Amino acid sequence: MLENLSHLALQHYWWVIISLLGALFVFLTFVQGGQTLIYTIGKTEGEKTLLLNTLGRKWEFTFTTLVTFGGAFFASFPLFYATSFGGAYWVWLLILVAFIIQAVSYEFRKKPANFLGAKTYEIFLVINGVAGTILIGTAVGTFFNGAEFILNDMNQVLWQNSARGLEAVLNIHNVALGATVFFLARTLGLLYFIYTIDDETIVNRSRKRLIYCALPFLVVFLFFVIFLFLKDGFAVNSETGVISVEPYKYWNNLIQMPLALVIFLLGVVGVLWGIITVLFRNRDNGFLFAGPGAVLTVFVLFILAGFNNTSFYPSLSDMQSSLTIQNASSSRFTLVVMSYVSLIIPFVFAYIYYFWRAMNRKKITDEEMNNESHVY
Amino acid sequence: MIELADLSLVSWSRAQFALTAMYHWLFVPLTLGITFIIAFMETIYVRTGNEEWKRMTKFWMTLFGINFAIGVATGIILEFEFGTNWSAYSWFVGDIFGAPLAIEGMLAFFMESTFIAIMFFGWNKVSKKVHLLATWLTAVGANLSALWILVANGWMQDPVGMFFNPDTARNEMQNFWEVLFSQVAVDKWLHTTSSGFVLASIFVIGISSWFLLKKREVSLAKKSILVAAVFGLISSIYLVGTGDSSAKSVAVTQPMKLAAMEGLYNGEEGTGLVAIGLLKDANTDRSSEPLSNFYVKMEIPKFLSFLAFADWNAFVPGINDLLEGNEEQGIMAATEKIERGKVAIRKLSEFKEAKKNGNEAIARALRDELTSEQFKEEYFSYFGYGYFTDVKDLIPNIPLTFYSFHIMVALGFLFVALFALSLFLLLKKDITRWRWFLRFAVLAIPLAYIASMSGWVVAEVGRQPWVVQDLMPTMAGVTRISSGSVKLTFWLFVVLFTILLIAELKIMFRQIKIGPKH
Ligand code: HDD
Ligand code: HEM
Ligand code: HEM
Repeated sequence: MLENLSHLALQHYWWVIISLLGALFVFLTFVQGGQTLIYTIGKTEGEKTLLLNTLGRKWEFTFTTLVTFGGAFFASFPLFYATSFGGAYWVWLLILVAFIIQAVSYEFRKKPANFLGAKTYEIFLVINGVAGTILIGTAVGTFFNGAEFILNDMNQVLWQNSARGLEAVLNIHNVALGATVFFLARTLGLLYFIYTIDDETIVNRSRKRLIYCALPFLVVFLFFVIFLFLKDGFAVNSETGVISVEPYKYWNNLIQMPLALVIFLLGVVGVLWGIITVLFRNRDNGFLFAGPGAVLTVFVLFILAGFNNTSFYPSLSDMQSSLTIQNASSSRFTLVVMSYVSLIIPFVFAYIYYFWRAMNRKKITDEEMNNESHVY
Repeated sequence: MIELADLSLVSWSRAQFALTAMYHWLFVPLTLGITFIIAFMETIYVRTGNEEWKRMTKFWMTLFGINFAIGVATGIILEFEFGTNWSAYSWFVGDIFGAPLAIEGMLAFFMESTFIAIMFFGWNKVSKKVHLLATWLTAVGANLSALWILVANGWMQDPVGMFFNPDTARNEMQNFWEVLFSQVAVDKWLHTTSSGFVLASIFVIGISSWFLLKKREVSLAKKSILVAAVFGLISSIYLVGTGDSSAKSVAVTQPMKLAAMEGLYNGEEGTGLVAIGLLKDANTDRSSEPLSNFYVKMEIPKFLSFLAFADWNAFVPGINDLLEGNEEQGIMAATEKIERGKVAIRKLSEFKEAKKNGNEAIARALRDELTSEQFKEEYFSYFGYGYFTDVKDLIPNIPLTFYSFHIMVALGFLFVALFALSLFLLLKKDITRWRWFLRFAVLAIPLAYIASMSGWVVAEVGRQPWVVQDLMPTMAGVTRISSGSVKLTFWLFVVLFTILLIAELKIMFRQIKIGPKH
């Protein structure tokens, strides 16, 4: 049945999947955000352990989502994978280093004879939390602001800036997205603590801290969004494939795709409600609103970048080298195969949901830390 | 040091990939095997309710956890390195190669990470049966993730199920099942995962033997040896079998690799297998006569012919046959392949040129020609050769391939003996009194890692200079970037991974010393 879809429809389908994975990843960076708060919220060793254990049972998901995001991008839009990873070399390698040091830190931190000392692994986690979120946010900013590359006639990437991607930080709009992801991650991290931990001191401290993360988040987020809707974008002519600059492109995308507008508003309201309900109504389940809200919002940002005849990776050096979901995608055949595979995704979500519920039926407590055989 | 500084971009990129891949492979095989061993132990616990089996399960799980964390850390880098360092390659093959990588993430990695969380933290949260299921699914997930990456690697060794699209200048997938079930990919998966089973079994036997030497945890150690020896014996016999079928596919798809594995310069009918040999000339000297390129060698007559083609008298081509051609055996000379490759490349650029100039008629004619079956067979299948001028560049590093192969095979047989002997001593004698054997079992742990690493050296070094066999030479796949940048990241990874490795080893040794919890 999927064989009957047009190449264009499949390209759109795969951009939706990429957007969904990207959105899930940003949501799951609540782990990273939480890691940056272990010293602020955890004052004693026991409290720190509690925080790291509640995060530690979820870090694999964030990590795996990042890996799958990369793999899915490779499979569905290989030209982007080749261009961006090969071109913006330093950005991606720094992101990788930030994630390499995370992967060992949970397991090694409390183990005897761990060579570097518990403190080092905690610092690794903080670095991962700060650098991982800011760098990835900044890198995704180039979806809207472009990068300096040229593709030759064999589609080889020739990067035009010797900073190899690091130049992205010179663009305030990219950085604004980096900062947005960072503060969002911290906000979600706090909401997650409040939701999952049964410890009064920690919960109270997290509540007090929340406003200091949520406010900066709202400021940079608003800045990013307003800037986005006012700026020019890169449009592609669907007939000829020629790329041109179009004023207010992203704003136009939003109103030309009413469904996206609705989802976007729902997402923003979800995030706000999640924060408000914890701050002003003294509830503990804000995470359940803010999390899905973040997914919806980021999802729409990705959709705005790629749908409605937009170039999702514009080239500032040679506009006609810009990547679109048409010219960067895999062949129709591959997309069909991959689409069949993607039918399994709902099943994956289902078992993750089912087993998470089984594991999270009770809140995590200090007592559990003392009785459990495997503690981070 | 000075020599290193002169290495070019390609060499540094290769060095970096090899470094990170080897580090990854230090941790992967244990994961592949020990998850099954743990699952066996837990199954026995659930069946019998005997707490000792639970203690065992938990002890080996602790060691697994330490290994797993660093396996994950080293894995992510590889996936992104295809893009960062091999971007030309990533575009050329992305249509085919990306798919297994994505499927791996969607199907296998999520499975692994969900069930591993239950395995470690779920003892008091889910029922015994559900926990056992999670343990089994972790093992299955780990080996499934191996499947997909090995399908991708297998495709590079034997690119099937695709055609070349001149409009996009890349290979596109035509038949998914051919990619998935290619003989090379299947052999690779079976051989690699079973090598993981063997390595993990040796790991368990070795550490248990250490406990026996220290006279600690005797009952637990003996039980562990029992599980690992049975699993290891079966896997190791199977491993030799899958190695044999790997060699058979190499003989068909990568004859140059086979020649390098055996140090065979001039082919003959009924070729013998060099069991032990000392190569004479470290350089690849084309004029060497057969037999004279070894100082000493011990040969099993006609065995290579049989191994490679299941026929005692089959002709096995040597390096000289492959370079100079051998009319009698129907082998094309490398110079001819280079000529044909150049034709394919020229036609492709003529096509590009015509398209650019809007010369529709010529472009259409060329497209038809480029995509025809005949062109594919006679010219395109030699596309990569067009990048070469000197046929000597087509020879991989022979000593490295030769010695790695022989080390791996010798150890493979040794391991079969090791497992058989440990079972025998355990069941028929009092194994705790055979201290030389226990010491040997401890020493076998590093040997297992050496065998496993050597296997990859055979597979990867032996296929040089190709990154995609016959279609894309390694030098054409590399990202254009200053070699200084790659040099810097290379050293960054050397430092980072070495520190992490030291940390891992120290933690691992300490946990072993501490032993199972009471
Ligand atoms: C034969 C098996 C095998 C081979 C050849 C490779 N891997 Fe691997 N990989 C595994 C078997 C495995 C595993 C057993 O599934 C690991 C090891 C430890 C672990 O956590 O899972 C893993 C982990 C792992 C991870 C972390 C996944 C996670 O989030 O849990 C990534 C991204 C990769 N690998 C990627 C690669 C790439 C790009 C490879 C090729 C160059 C590669 N692996 C070779
Ligand atoms: C994990 C086990 C692996 C090990 C230990 C390993 C080992 C190596 C080594 C030693 C090299 C350098 C060869 C040379 O330059 O002479 C290399 C290169 C390479 N390998 Fe592997 N390899 C592994 C898995 C893979 C897999 C699974 C793939 C593909 C999916 C792969 C793809 C490559 C590529 C693209 C290169 C760089 C190009 C080249 O030099 O050939 N490797 N690998
Ligand atoms: C008699 C025993 C063995 C034989 C005949 C054998 C044969 C082979 C051959 C021919 C290859 C190259 C395949 C290719 O290049 O595509 C290979 C690769 C490999 N071997 Fe073995 N092998 C044996 C034992 C072992 C042992 C004991 C281990 C490790 C414990 C091992 C681990 C590997 C690995 C990891 C690879 C690379 C993956 C692959 O290419 O399949 N092998 N083996």
